[in-house]
Amino acid sequence: MNSSQLLGITTLAYLLSAMLYIAIFVFRAKKIDLIATLVTICAFLINTAGIGLRWYESYQAGIGYAPLSNMYESLVFFAWAIAIFYLGLEFKYKNRVLGAFSMPFACLSMAYASLSPQFGKEIKPLIPALQSNWLIAHVITCFVGYAAFAVASGMGIMYLIKDRKTPDDAGSLLASLPELKVIDDIIHKTLVFGFLWLSAGIITGAVWANAAWGTYWSWDPKETWSLITWFVYAATLHARFTRGWGGRRIAWLAIIGFLSVIFTYYGVNFLLSGLHSYGGS
Amino acid sequence: MKKTDNMVWRFFASVRLALFSLLILATTSIIGTLIPQKNPADFYIEAFGQRTAQFFQMLDVPDMYNSWWFLALLLLFSINLVVCTIDRLPNVWQMVVLNNLDTEPERLEKMPHRHLFYGAGDGAALAETTTALLAKNGWKSQSDNKPTGILLFSQKNAWSRLGVYAVHLSILIIFAGAIIGSLLGFKAGVMIPEGSTTDTVYETGTGKPIPLGFTLQCDDFNVTFYADGTTPKEFRSDLSVLENGKLAIDKRPIIVNDPLDYKGITFYQSSYEPMQGFNVLITNKNTKVSQFFQIPFGQKISWSEGGIDFGVINQEVRSRMGDVQKLKVWFSDGTGEPSIFWMDNDTTQAITTPTGTYEFQANQVYATGLQVAKDPGVWTVYAGCALMLIGLYVAFFLSHRRVWVYIVREETANRCRILVCGSSNKNKLAFENEFTALVESFTHDTTFQNA
Repeated sequence: MNSSQLLGITTLAYLLSAMLYIAIFVFRAKKIDLIATLVTICAFLINTAGIGLRWYESYQAGIGYAPLSNMYESLVFFAWAIAIFYLGLEFKYKNRVLGAFSMPFACLSMAYASLSPQFGKEIKPLIPALQSNWLIAHVITCFVGYAAFAVASGMGIMYLIKDRKTPDDAGSLLASLPELKVIDDIIHKTLVFGFLWLSAGIITGAVWANAAWGTYWSWDPKETWSLITWFVYAATLHARFTRGWGGRRIAWLAIIGFLSVIFTYYGVNFLLSGLHSYGGS
Repeated sequence: MKKTDNMVWRFFASVRLALFSLLILATTSIIGTLIPQKNPADFYIEAFGQRTAQFFQMLDVPDMYNSWWFLALLLLFSINLVVCTIDRLPNVWQMVVLNNLDTEPERLEKMPHRHLFYGAGDGAALAETTTALLAKNGWKSQSDNKPTGILLFSQKNAWSRLGVYAVHLSILIIFAGAIIGSLLGFKAGVMIPEGSTTDTVYETGTGKPIPLGFTLQCDDFNVTFYADGTTPKEFRSDLSVLENGKLAIDKRPIIVNDPLDYKGITFYQSSYEPMQGFNVLITNKNTKVSQFFQIPFGQKISWSEGGIDFGVINQEVRSRMGDVQKLKVWFSDGTGEPSIFWMDNDTTQAITTPTGTYEFQANQVYATGLQVAKDPGVWTVYAGCALMLIGLYVAFFLSHRRVWVYIVREETANRCRILVCGSSNKNKLAFENEFTALVESFTHDTTFQNA
């Protein structure tokens, strides 16, 4: 068994997990509640083992690095972070319908990592610029934040689905979703959590850049987009805290914010050029 | 401070302006990620055409993050932060230092969380029991004797109300650090061939020479590759610093992510360049005498004490950069035929002539490319960053929680009325649980009867 196989299984396990949660939502299949959670926990553990094994394999190959250094590895870690964040949310709110709007992100991230031919999955040695412990701190802080933002956007979608003027046609289906007030609260708490980690991610990146290049900020496209994302969420939090925004507007902002995250994470690597170009392979 | 109605003040203190600044900074920042920055003027003419390029130059688009209008937006953002803080902080400070034992009894009756108990006996004894109960639940209380009864008060994290202002301040500190860096620091670069020294570096962008005030020497540069032969594993330079004729730092190795810092100036490994020349070490195995040379390509060199003539007469390069993979050496000690051979770069070759044996070691001369930075503002920036993370944590995850217990003697019934109440400025749900736990602990105590 090697890490690629384990991570392949992870993809299927997240797919199963996402489907079970969607089934709980759509068919109100209460009976599979526990199965869905157990599958998710298993998927998360396989994901963890896959990352651990890949780490071990890199040492076997005489390279030795934390598997967080390219697009493939970061997508795998992104899925991992979404899964653990979601499990925490489920534990806190005891509501599995949330999974129908969270776990698909983990599943998509893993599926994209596994199936896209553009990412090399082989363990490649690290170029000198990436040989730093700041790499680990930077990637972990960023992706914990990104995972929270992914879930927040899922909750935003959930809010907009629930909050419809004519609930008659699908009234019973929407009834299984949490109260609007509760979703709004989850969105807010998740955004706040993500914002703290995004800030930490930008800061660890700046400290690392200063250690490697002597400039903590150089307005390279990736840095700038992370700052744009930060501005978007900062504006969202201000709108809520001091102008009392909530409901649909914050739900939309959670979705817009996540689009900015996706562009920062993915768009910049493939559409723009800059210092982070090694993230593209 | 008195709240002012001044229109200009209100404008700069408004959250509306904060939202505007954040969103306008976010949208304008996109421009510089789409249009490549800091390229020569010709680049923009070629990519966008004469007229668009002219328009760009007019608005400083090629260097937009340093343009007057972007800096003006950052200034607007900073003024907004300062004015909003001056506007709100006094009130918030009042809340932090407020003497909550002065709270009016009527207000206590309207607290969001309340529970009423009765207790037999006099107020002083009940106050003592209550203080102990509060302490058991983690609420350290103070008390005050009122004309009507005894008021006990306890609070947690009053200072957490300042968290958001710590975040605002941290942004200003980061800006201050950035300004210090740009006024008193510099970014520069320099190429130093192995064995050479420099006392000047060249400013990034302008190429203006900047004297270091000391001499930097590159003793050695090496690039190593992974087993695949193409991925670089390490770029390493050995650097020495000479100041006033004295050796201050002797052959300190630097690699990417591990720079050399000397007197506030930091040298970062950033690139390298192969030069036309070789470092050669010749050792006479019989006499054990050896001699080091740095020689140009294609020139005959004489080592008269050793009685040797030699030179590199041909080379094979690996890449367009000009990395030499193999070199062809001509070597003669005057006896027999001259030795002519190919050797790999950075290896040692044994040579035998009728009168002696020699070791010939050769490697191509490289120049190390260093980025040089002096940034006296960086620690200010880091302090701002640390304050920001602490401030965000405090602002988001800590709340100011307050609990009052008001004990009033009811002479007619020969008992005391005990009001337990509290409030929290954030995270109401968590406080509700905490308050319920406190009430439960009162309920479990036989001194108190539920009303």
